[in-house]
Amino acid sequence: MCALRGPVCSFLTRLRRILRIVSERTIVSLIFLCGVSAVIFVFGIFFFVFREGAPFLRHGFDAKEFFLSPDWYPTSATNKRYGILAQLIGTGTVTLVAMLVAVPFSLGAGIFIAEFCGKKTREIMKILIELLAAIPSVVWGFIGLMVMNPLIIWLTGAPIGLNVLNAGVIVGLMSVPIIVTIAEDAIRAVPDTYIEAAEALGATRWQLVRKVILPAAKSGLLAAVLLGVGRAVGETMAVLMCTGHSINIPFDGKAPFFHVLDSVRTLTATIAAEMGEAPRLEVNADGTFPAEALHYQSLFVIGIVLFAVTFVINVTADLIVKGIRKRK
Amino acid sequence: MKNWKQELIKCVMAASMAVSLFGCKGEKGASGPQKVVISNSGSDTMVNLAQMWAEEYQKIKPEVSVEVAGGGSGVGIRDLIQGIVDIANCSRDLTDAEKEQAKRNTGKEPVEWIVGYDALAVYVHKSNPVESLTLEQLASVYAEGGPVDKWSQLNIDMKAAGGNDEIVRVSRQNSSGTYFYFREVVLGNKDYKPGSRDMSGSKDVVELVGKTIGAIGYSGMGYVTDAVKFVKLSAGEGKPAYEPSLENVAAGHYPLARSLLMYTDGQPQGAAKEYIEWILSPAGQEIVKKAGYIPVAASGK
Repeated sequence: MCALRGPVCSFLTRLRRILRIVSERTIVSLIFLCGVSAVIFVFGIFFFVFREGAPFLRHGFDAKEFFLSPDWYPTSATNKRYGILAQLIGTGTVTLVAMLVAVPFSLGAGIFIAEFCGKKTREIMKILIELLAAIPSVVWGFIGLMVMNPLIIWLTGAPIGLNVLNAGVIVGLMSVPIIVTIAEDAIRAVPDTYIEAAEALGATRWQLVRKVILPAAKSGLLAAVLLGVGRAVGETMAVLMCTGHSINIPFDGKAPFFHVLDSVRTLTATIAAEMGEAPRLEVNADGTFPAEALHYQSLFVIGIVLFAVTFVINVTADLIVKGIRKRK
Repeated sequence: MKNWKQELIKCVMAASMAVSLFGCKGEKGASGPQKVVISNSGSDTMVNLAQMWAEEYQKIKPEVSVEVAGGGSGVGIRDLIQGIVDIANCSRDLTDAEKEQAKRNTGKEPVEWIVGYDALAVYVHKSNPVESLTLEQLASVYAEGGPVDKWSQLNIDMKAAGGNDEIVRVSRQNSSGTYFYFREVVLGNKDYKPGSRDMSGSKDVVELVGKTIGAIGYSGMGYVTDAVKFVKLSAGEGKPAYEPSLENVAAGHYPLARSLLMYTDGQPQGAAKEYIEWILSPAGQEIVKKAGYIPVAASGK
């Protein structure tokens, strides 16, 4: 390799070695810093959200009212009330409908891609499904507003097409890619020997899916669905545009009890719509806050609630996935 | 072969970086005298008007650029309190608490400027047969505990229009200046009935009403489109109902006329002072008319 001979060459080699070691170390420490920074950011966000919400937790917070009252009037002139029951139910119902739409589609697609299609089809399908994940949520919201809204009014005669059904379908489609990708991994992780054994016993494809693949990939599929739920709970822009953004509980005593054509409002959309304008007021000289300051703080408490919900969902999904890896 | 290609790519990247760096420097050097920037944020009702003012002012005074941001009256007030904006647009008055905060944060008392008037219009879908409503009827539709949920309760037959009998109430997000004004004047500061669709912009309200046959909504009169129509309003049963228009507001007939405000931290200085003076001059007030609102001089107030 070395074109020159003698001491010059050996000097160059040594220099190169030193340079390599130095650059190696710099890069290692840089990468370490990048890895740690993610952790720092998570804790930083955690700290910030808690710090902003803390005064409300200390002063105006009444857990019973907060979680069990549907009255959300943080800017009322006469009687400020902070109840998020309607938003909790809104988030829950939109997520439920979204999963009813997404789970059958995604599991079907996952099984098809993992087991029943050729290599070429699989690659094309995977690219297309990942493309679905690349569509910005505001574009999904736009589809809900412009396409689904008139369609729902026309099909059902509902007074307005911005409701649980609209948002559920849109959010369902949005969570399809994440569920498909993880479900496919889980199904491909089923040992080939299981499948070969079943085929050798003369199982049909349906029997193979129902009796062998689904039971074997059960926990992975559950994790996939849970991550889809996490996606649906956290979605903001599309639900802000598609739910109608209305404080309303879509249940009542009359059949069919759950009214999928009612407008609702979700936790995320409440934060998105109100955070920009809620004033961040400073503490008074005597240690109390002006009444207007609680609005901003209560929105952060909603953030904490959302944080807790998605945290639990993600950790559960993570533990389930870890369980699969260990067993293999 | 491969190495050669990689080298070439590196060279091109380095060259483009160098060019972009020098390019930046060149631009900086070429810019002439300092540009004066007036920052202006707030009311969603006024954002179109503020934009038109800014564009027109650019033509008269090219050395001053006005940066307009919307977001809602609450955003403008927040920026004013933090002292990060020169002029805040507002479709409602500052509360005492907000004035106090602004004074404490910036050391200056906020100063109010009335720059025009708006008739807060009540919109319905163009095929809705409703002609006029009283303020009490509006309150019974919108207020918490108000008994009216169906068009038939207002003696309006929506079947003929091909719509649903349910009234789809369209409202604004709970920190909007328009939300505050409507609550104060129409609902007498009572709260809104839950279940209204709360839109984040003046334009969104009119758009949703235009797409929903059974809907009713309130928004600035400047946002009217072909898909909606104004509802005439009367102050009470048996009193004449008036459409939101320049003449009706000027004569003091229309019950929901409100002022469009600008706030500054203390008396404005320099460019901001000149800008507000220009806005209040005939040339600036002509633009108020063009934006669909009512100039200060024309109002009977």
